Amino acid sequence: MSSVADLPAARVVEREARAFSKLWRGSVFSSVLTPVLYLGAMGLGLGALVDSRNGGVSGTSYLIFVTPGLLAAGTTISAAGEAMWPIMGGFKWGRQYHAIAAAVPSPGDIYDGVIAWRGCLVALSASAFLVVAALLGGVPSPWGVLAVPAAVLGALAIAAPLAAYVATRESDVSFVVIYRVAVFPLFLFSGTFFPVSMLPDSVRWLVVISPLWHTVELCRGATTGHIGWSAMVHVAVLAGCVVVGRWWGHRTFARRLSP
Amino acid sequence: MGAALVEARGLTKRFDDRVAVDGIDFAVEPGEAFGFLGPNGAGKSSTMRMVGCVSPPTAGELSVFGLDARREGPAIRARLGVVPQEDNLDTELSVLDNLIIYGRYFGLPHRAIRTRATSLLEFMQLGDRASARVDPLSGGMKRRLTIARALINQPELLLLDEPTTGLDPQVRHLLWDRLYQLRRESGVSLILTTHYMDEAEQLCDRLVIMDDGRIVAEGSPAALIAQHAARDVVELRFAADADRLRAAGMLERAGRVEPAGDRLLIYTDAADLVLKLVHDEALTTTSVLSRRGSLEDVFLILTGRSLED
Repeated sequence: MSSVADLPAARVVEREARAFSKLWRGSVFSSVLTPVLYLGAMGLGLGALVDSRNGGVSGTSYLIFVTPGLLAAGTTISAAGEAMWPIMGGFKWGRQYHAIAAAVPSPGDIYDGVIAWRGCLVALSASAFLVVAALLGGVPSPWGVLAVPAAVLGALAIAAPLAAYVATRESDVSFVVIYRVAVFPLFLFSGTFFPVSMLPDSVRWLVVISPLWHTVELCRGATTGHIGWSAMVHVAVLAGCVVVGRWWGHRTFARRLSP
Repeated sequence: MGAALVEARGLTKRFDDRVAVDGIDFAVEPGEAFGFLGPNGAGKSSTMRMVGCVSPPTAGELSVFGLDARREGPAIRARLGVVPQEDNLDTELSVLDNLIIYGRYFGLPHRAIRTRATSLLEFMQLGDRASARVDPLSGGMKRRLTIARALINQPELLLLDEPTTGLDPQVRHLLWDRLYQLRRESGVSLILTTHYMDEAEQLCDRLVIMDDGRIVAEGSPAALIAQHAARDVVELRFAADADRLRAAGMLERAGRVEPAGDRLLIYTDAADLVLKLVHDEALTTTSVLSRRGSLEDVFLILTGRSLED
């Protein structure tokens, strides 16, 4: 005789972890090694040039400036990818979510489980990246550890609504467009590689409404040790994206899995 | 009727402007093997999804284990085993992990699942595949694994949606065999949908025939055949239309005559008499087939169409 599971979403996380344990090598390469390579090229290589010409950015070395940018952008961009193709697969290609929905977890539990797992993945890759960056001298403040939860929150602010959207799609054609038109430009222009103040006024507002800019600012405050009241605003914006995304995701997952 | 395992009254499912299930009533008793027989699009799968609590009814009442299917989905699903029409095994997990993780969705403890998973793989003749990947398995193996997965929580009721569609005859017989054994040994009840009349006759104690979202007949396979068709059926083909028309009139003495394309079907309890008449009246036939009445005939008589349409 079986009983209703206490926390069905946790079982979904367990499934994701089990699948990850077989496939982790590829994932480590894309979510840890790639940002570290960027850190070497940008922080050290390009940084040497910037520092020798300009004496750094906003009063710090370019490595210190770009480390939180790369952390936030790297984790957000990989969470965006993780929230699109694998979730489409769960509905359509492998159809695992339909199998899970026939057991105890509800569509909302499945949504919570897959999103929570993406948060765990970001926590792992952000921690690994921060250790490497700290060894290279990119994290001057011990408050830098707070960049891990900041990166997790920022990644979920993107993943939560994206996963909700994916549940409404019958094909993945729009995903590449989203990646090219929205995710990748944000990666470049959200204060990751240079301060937003250098952008023309006419486009700056675009950046300020992007979740990634708020994540970059939060991470930068943590790694440099300058955490002010503005951090509350960033946290509120990002948490708002997560809450709205989750509300939407519970609806779209239910419509998809329990029509 | 309070003791019914599943009870539906006026059960209806609408998608936008399409009515998939149109106000059906049925009840499944504990221990029964109950079937939904009908062509594709008849509403069988929609009904199964409502019973499986993965599709809320649009109207009507549905209770499973005496619980309201609309409000107590998780508690009902905890006691169900579901074999869907399309395989949805987890291709990112091994064969054994498919069972273990599925057991975890029911909140079962690891140790209990592992023991049960191993014996289920043996039962489904997949013991040597435990650590294999799922993708390269044959269609028959995947189906067996899907049934093993549906049994991991020791369900009281197993829902099978077109369980043997697309499988070769050998695998079908193995699956039927296993389902018999399950009923005998663990007393699990079955609800299945099929568009194969032989499957329905083999597996079901009782069934309903669905067409266009409605139930058009209900009973045991033998009772349905006796009531709507006849014990024997003689199928005749003629070289000339004139002979066919003449035969149609004449053979009414021996049974009920139904034209079916260029054939005549004669439903009768005396096939010998039909054959004798054909011979005595010198009707020129191109083929004569005498067989037992089947659910296919019942469906044809009730709807004017064949199950395979």
